[in-house]
Amino acid sequence: MKFAIALYSAAHAPSSRRALRFAEAALASGHEIVRLFFYQDGVHSASSNIVTPQDEQDIAQQWATFVSQHQLDGVVCIAAALRRGVLNEDEAARYQRPGVNLKAPWELSGLGQLHDAIQTADRLICFGGP
Amino acid sequence: MSKSLLIISRQAPWSGPGAKEALDIVLAGGAFDLPIGLLFLDDGIFQLLANQNAAAIEQKNLSANLQALTMFGVDDLYACNHSLSERGITPAGLAVADVQSLSTEEVRALIDRYDQVITL
Repeated sequence: MKFAIALYSAAHAPSSRRALRFAEAALASGHEIVRLFFYQDGVHSASSNIVTPQDEQDIAQQWATFVSQHQLDGVVCIAAALRRGVLNEDEAARYQRPGVNLKAPWELSGLGQLHDAIQTADRLICFGGP
Repeated sequence: MSKSLLIISRQAPWSGPGAKEALDIVLAGGAFDLPIGLLFLDDGIFQLLANQNAAAIEQKNLSANLQALTMFGVDDLYACNHSLSERGITPAGLAVADVQSLSTEEVRALIDRYDQVITL
């Protein structure tokens, strides 16, 4: 089955960890993930500036490793990310901000990517949100 | 044929960017000519009230974005009757025209009718 996965919560939220474990299980069971789309506070789950205590899970790091390893399409909504200060090199330069906290494998793009993923996938699975 | 998508909007307009971000998904879908429905549920109902003074809390008014829905070809707008009555709002008191108010049974059937659902 082809899954699209949307995440609406930050890396410290239980739903971000659940989304990651779901995604891992989906691939392990032979399913396909057409795209990950991080929206609302989900953009924080892609931040490269998160530091967790040594005896805790670093979910943001695990997300990045997972996406890289499996060469997945990891999209972070650009409007949601800018609003929350999650910037890649291009955006930090464009808005003259001092910090870059979004790097490969993540890509900034628009909501069209969410709609495209929904159309391509058999199922959209959402994590987090109100 | 395109898959249909129902957005269930549950946030009050003053509770943060949630309501606007739910609406942005709807407008983007409308721009791509996709079959999109929008259901206002729980505190999402408050987005539909007339005479809101967003400036008083230094926010932008969401009403203009809501009025743009039909321009983007999004005509399937619904409000949950139960959510309305819980908040003492009558369908007549809504600022957005052509919002269909649905019973709990009808909300259930609506969600069932769409291929995909996003709740925000």
